Amino acid sequence: MTSITKPPVRHPSLPTNALGLTRREYEGAMSTLCAGCGHDSVTAALVQALWELDLPPHRAAKMSGIGCSSKTTAYFLKQSHGFNGVHGRMPALATGANAANRDLVYVGISGDGDSLSIGLGQLCHAIRRNVNMAYVLENNGVYGLTKGQFSASSDVGSKSKRGEPNLQPPIDPVLLALSLGATFVARSFSGDKAQLTPILKAALRHNGFALVDIISPCVSFNDHDSSTKSYRYTRDHYNDIAPVDFVPLRREITAETNDTSAVSVTMHDGSVVRFRRVASDYDPRNRDAAYAHVRERQARGEVVTGLLYIDESAADMHGVAGTIATPLVELPYEELCPGSGALAELMEEYR
Amino acid sequence: MSDQQPLSRINDFAFKMGTVNGTGSASANSLLMQAIFRMGIPVTGKNVFPSNIQGLPTWYEVRVSKDGYTARPAHVDLVVALNPETYAKDVAAVRPGGYLLYDSSWPLDDKLIREGITILGIPFGKMCVESFEGDRNRTLLRNIAYVGALAALLEIDMDIVGEMLKEKFAKKRALLDANFRAIRLGYDYAKANYSCPLPFHLERMDATKDSILLDGNSAAALGAVYAGATVGAWYPITPSTSLMEAFKEYCERFRIDPETKQRKYALIQAEDELAAAGMVIGAGWCGARSFTSTAGPGISLMSEFIGLAYYTEIPGVFFDIQRTGPSTGMPTRTQQGDLLSIAYLSHGDTKHIALFPANPEECFYLGAQAFDLAERFQTPVFVVSDLDIGMNDWMCRRFTWDDSYRPDRGKVLGADDLERMQRFSRYLDADGDGIAARTLPGVSPRGGYFTRGSGHTKHATYTEDSTEYQEVVDRLSRKFETAAKSVPGPEMHLQGGNGASAPIGLISLGGCHSAVLEAVDRLRSSGTSVDYMRVRAFPFAESVRAFVASHPHCYVVEQNRDGQLRTLLAIETGLARDSMSSILDYGGLPLTADRVVEGVLDGEQARAASRRPAASVASETRNLLLT
Repeated sequence: MTSITKPPVRHPSLPTNALGLTRREYEGAMSTLCAGCGHDSVTAALVQALWELDLPPHRAAKMSGIGCSSKTTAYFLKQSHGFNGVHGRMPALATGANAANRDLVYVGISGDGDSLSIGLGQLCHAIRRNVNMAYVLENNGVYGLTKGQFSASSDVGSKSKRGEPNLQPPIDPVLLALSLGATFVARSFSGDKAQLTPILKAALRHNGFALVDIISPCVSFNDHDSSTKSYRYTRDHYNDIAPVDFVPLRREITAETNDTSAVSVTMHDGSVVRFRRVASDYDPRNRDAAYAHVRERQARGEVVTGLLYIDESAADMHGVAGTIATPLVELPYEELCPGSGALAELMEEYR
Repeated sequence: MSDQQPLSRINDFAFKMGTVNGTGSASANSLLMQAIFRMGIPVTGKNVFPSNIQGLPTWYEVRVSKDGYTARPAHVDLVVALNPETYAKDVAAVRPGGYLLYDSSWPLDDKLIREGITILGIPFGKMCVESFEGDRNRTLLRNIAYVGALAALLEIDMDIVGEMLKEKFAKKRALLDANFRAIRLGYDYAKANYSCPLPFHLERMDATKDSILLDGNSAAALGAVYAGATVGAWYPITPSTSLMEAFKEYCERFRIDPETKQRKYALIQAEDELAAAGMVIGAGWCGARSFTSTAGPGISLMSEFIGLAYYTEIPGVFFDIQRTGPSTGMPTRTQQGDLLSIAYLSHGDTKHIALFPANPEECFYLGAQAFDLAERFQTPVFVVSDLDIGMNDWMCRRFTWDDSYRPDRGKVLGADDLERMQRFSRYLDADGDGIAARTLPGVSPRGGYFTRGSGHTKHATYTEDSTEYQEVVDRLSRKFETAAKSVPGPEMHLQGGNGASAPIGLISLGGCHSAVLEAVDRLRSSGTSVDYMRVRAFPFAESVRAFVASHPHCYVVEQNRDGQLRTLLAIETGLARDSMSSILDYGGLPLTADRVVEGVLDGEQARAASRRPAASVASETRNLLLT
């Protein structure tokens, strides 16, 4: 357990955001995860990102499936509605919720078991529909709640705590998302809050499906020397290729514009994501190049991180379907029912 | 209709066409049925079709009944045999003294020869080859040619047929002419070569002016539109697919913003039924009226999510258009095989509200009401239809709508309600009816709560404490008891006006209704006193139990092998299962009144036999053993 119960009284000097809210108002219940769990760091980064975005907490909806990662939706945004559904099927719940109310900010939290095994189909189809949501995949290569079985993201040769090697090739959510046409693909590390927070902010603002795969080590079952999802392995093989900075809409852009290594992408709502190029030829708007780069670095044993791909021009699920801008839940019944006259006319056609 | 009835009958007979699917016979057949309907004569059409796109046998049965009986006929007076593959079966279906019409372009097949029936040959194929170009065209028009022949033989009003062709091909002038010519080919040949009309034929009536012809799936979709449903998620599966397709068509007509052309609905074709159920639940959680349509295999896949929605108390409407199971079963045949699984669908203690429409009219009204019940009780509600209701055109009364209707959204707290409250507890039973108030996401910072399928307290917090857990699931039981008082009660057809029960009670549901009603009339007119109760919803109203308890013996008529309604009645009423016998029909075709009458008479005979003195039964048994 990494969070502690805090006193209800707020310290007067706590910084507030544009809504006058402190970070505390973006926190949730006390975590019940193991001490040192990567997921708690992700939760902390999310709290930071949501606070910095000045999002009214109740305008977010937290969606999750089943597993250690999915439990974390209880640990932030206590004022928001949260939905801890069934294993691997959070995308369907989020899709339905988004269909009904397109104005909420959907934060989906999942894990490698939830997303890459039991829920692989739903993940793929949510990407395909470009459901407007941030999809956070807390990836530790192991089933934690059932105590240490390999997951579909375990690398070949990575060993379980008992020394048994994994023999099946992994499913890489980043490559999967790139090949399926995802419009926002990022990878980060729970241990790098400085990188993770702006990525999460950009994901939350993206108009469409934003996949954020986060290596988030499991201290209880997959943090040993022979694991490739451990803190040490990730730090040793970490390669931040596209550091990002997220510039919200109303904040004045003060960064120097003559930085030739920077690439800016304007988001749907007018805010800006700015990349600094570390790899000189890396362009996060080129899907094929992103795919090739990740594959190439993987072959060298590197874990490529950063905002790897973004396409802000694609229409989301509602844009494709041509749904009315008003959330469907807000349409008055009078606008939905054709009335008795229309019915009487219709009856004439069935004669 | 028994075999002894004379064949000279006006507006009281049945005929069927045996064709090959994918040849255009379906539209010819519906044209026939609609023409009879427009003559003011009550008519029913049952399409018996294969799970196939082209090349397998298909039948269409038309029953004409001046008395308004709409059940499938047990016998037919005339068979149009156009599929050589099924000749033997088709000729056997003709009632003794009846007629067989075949395509005499080819020599009479031995299989079609049968004593005691009249065989009529018309060279449909040959005439169409001579008159039209192109193989596909000739095949399609051959069907229209037999419509013409039947118009002559049965006295279908040719003006009405002509008017319908004009409506159908209003924008396709060339097709209209060809169809007219094909109709005349059949009509003229029959007139010239046979004595028309046949002894059984049609005469104009005035019995359909308040009626429509519509299938149950379209009716259910219309119910969803009128109830204000905005989110539909589904996965294609026979026989439910046409429900969502109809919803789409109605929405394209009624739910497009006139200025922006944007849609006031969301229709999502899901990756599978699991996802479809999840989308319905996600949308219901957010406050939309959401629904899906599926069939048995889909219901099985949705079972996990249904348990979640039951326990987390989220509304959603699930149309189950039943087909024959188990497994893939016979996807294009009807059955009522999902009753037990739906009543208790999902793991753990779960019970669900289910409505049982008997015809398309009820698909519309109960379909709309399902959304009210789902929101009032914050739970999945099933509308349990079947292939016969869903996919066949039924004659039913015109639907009407009360414009003063407003949706029952149930207990939903708004921002103002929440401001006035000390603390919002999602699963707290404040009113003692088992229903806790809910909040919708995004409405108020005071309304947030965590929805979880894991153990939760009345405050929606996590628990593994026995008492806290039981408090919530016990309230769910109370909620179900409240629901029993709100769902549609049974429809009673009692024989005695003086309150006394008949010695026999018939119980049935759903698509069996028309056949049972007809059987009740026949039993009563032959001196057997029966009361009839049609169950319309689960949980059962108290009056359902009272009916079973007040009849010395009941027959439960249903379309499945294991007597699922009977089992459900025994479980839920606590009354002895032995006080009810089953009359079952589960071969995949719509029920006939004959099956019900036989079931009751056979059952009564068996019961009478078992009432004989024990000594006599014992001696009979001994005799049997000796021989």
